[in-house]
Amino acid sequence: MTASTFGEYGGRYVPETLIPALDELERGWTDASADPAFRAELDRLGARYVGRPSPLYETERFAPARRRIVLKREDLNHTGAHKINNALGQILLAARLGKRRIVAETGAGQHGVATATVCARFGLECVVYMGAEDMRRQHPNVERMRLLGAEVRAVEFGTKTLKEATSEAIRDWIANVATTYYLIGSCVGPAPYPSIVRELQAVIGREARQQMLETYDRLPDAVVACVGGGSNAIGLFAGFLDDEDVRLVGVEAAGAASLGSGRTAVLHGARSSVLADADGQILDAHSISAGLDYPGVGPEHAALRDSGRAEYVTATDEEALAAFHRLAETEGILPALEPAHALARALDLDAELVLVGLSGRGDKDLAEVLDH
Amino acid sequence: MAGPETPELARAAEAGGADMIEIGFPFSDPLADGPVIRRAAERALAQGMRTAECLENLRAIREQVAAPLIPMTYASLLEAYGWERFATNAHEAGAASLIVADLPVDAHPELRRVQLVAPTSTDERIALAAERTDGWLYLVTVAGTTGARAELSPALAPLVERTRKLADLPLYAGFGISTPEQAAAAGELADGVVVGSAALVAAEEGAGALERFVAQLRAALA
Repeated sequence: MTASTFGEYGGRYVPETLIPALDELERGWTDASADPAFRAELDRLGARYVGRPSPLYETERFAPARRRIVLKREDLNHTGAHKINNALGQILLAARLGKRRIVAETGAGQHGVATATVCARFGLECVVYMGAEDMRRQHPNVERMRLLGAEVRAVEFGTKTLKEATSEAIRDWIANVATTYYLIGSCVGPAPYPSIVRELQAVIGREARQQMLETYDRLPDAVVACVGGGSNAIGLFAGFLDDEDVRLVGVEAAGAASLGSGRTAVLHGARSSVLADADGQILDAHSISAGLDYPGVGPEHAALRDSGRAEYVTATDEEALAAFHRLAETEGILPALEPAHALARALDLDAELVLVGLSGRGDKDLAEVLDH
Repeated sequence: MAGPETPELARAAEAGGADMIEIGFPFSDPLADGPVIRRAAERALAQGMRTAECLENLRAIREQVAAPLIPMTYASLLEAYGWERFATNAHEAGAASLIVADLPVDAHPELRRVQLVAPTSTDERIALAAERTDGWLYLVTVAGTTGARAELSPALAPLVERTRKLADLPLYAGFGISTPEQAAAAGELADGVVVGSAALVAAEEGAGALERFVAQLRAALA
């Protein structure tokens, strides 16, 4: 059996020990996707538990003159971000596979919170790995995870951020593969994870497309989303991939521009575009926002960049902060710092009707914003 | 792990009775490794041991040691260096074979290397690994990363039994073997043992300590 690949990107670069688990995951996902009952359960929970569909909201005062900026409000989901879409789908899959223990990595903590949330809802043991530096800058999320019954394990080596947390989660999975399901948080990792996460997040893009047609009777000129690992972006883009006149714009943090400044390397089981040196050693990423602070990116984004279907740009910490404040003061919405990067670029994009993925709310970022 | 002290350590290991020596080429994010090897990799990277330096190191070790040398590393290094180029240059520098920890058996079939099989591997994959491996099969004793364990894993015996039916090759067991007693127990089942983390820990005390440790393993396998 061959692993799914996005052109030259993707694959399964993992120790042999994990291959049977990945094969089991692939079979389980194929079965589940074809099962109407699985889909129905996911939709039902999406509506009743998450609060879908998330609103489409046109900003009143945020956009510059003669520009219209519309927000897809994943920040209004239960747990405050798009991460729940993926966590919910994967927990149903884990339960279906008979796993009792869940491990996950988390950067900003939103995926950790989403995972702890669904574990509580489904009664499964939850262990979340988080970099010690991320725990410091996203402390409210640490507390939320613990209140939800998860064990949060600090990762104290290397950059102490998402990169190391992901490695530790994978090592835990390798060691406990018989009992444990690895609930990855973004469209990264070995196949079939990037495809699974993309399919679970595609609800964002499919809903948004329908909402745009219902509201405006036309599609946006451009769809803009922030890119860390890339899950909210791939989910939003998934709704518009076949609409050739719709520009797809991913915004990375300037200090973590895996697609803008990276090269082909192998990280966490996938071949993708990574911030790496000429020897293939992975470099440190730098971003004010924990969720974008990852040197890798989903392999599908690398393929979309190379094919030209999507374009990837950057925003600096300062631009993200400025956009945060602008949205707060003009619309009364506090965005997470991650989508603030998308908002920053949406402001100067040469397009008349722009759809922006507001992937999360900014409560978790108050301390960081006030510090600056 | 490749590095300035490694030639001396390799000589010590050989003097202690090692038949083959794995030389780690460090990677920043080693998924398959526990804390000991990870820390050794960090130190080596801090000492500047990039791919070119590791190949030079290999060349130096080759001149001082008769035992086969096998670089062990991760896919990202080969991706950056060039897969074919790495294989060619490693062999030219003295490598007898290669181990790439995050390449499962079905990936990059053109890269000749020692294949790893695990307790979780299906018979089908063990057969494929046996077909493709370069000389011997590396039996990973545990579901887990490298690093010392208190006892020899109970998963090894069934893995050896299954693999013997599917492969007519030398089988060397590794991961978690850290004492002479464990080595002896593994040696009863397999044709050889691979000791990594425990050897690195001994090496932290110097070449003499490493030689003594290897000699103890050798004696236990006699």
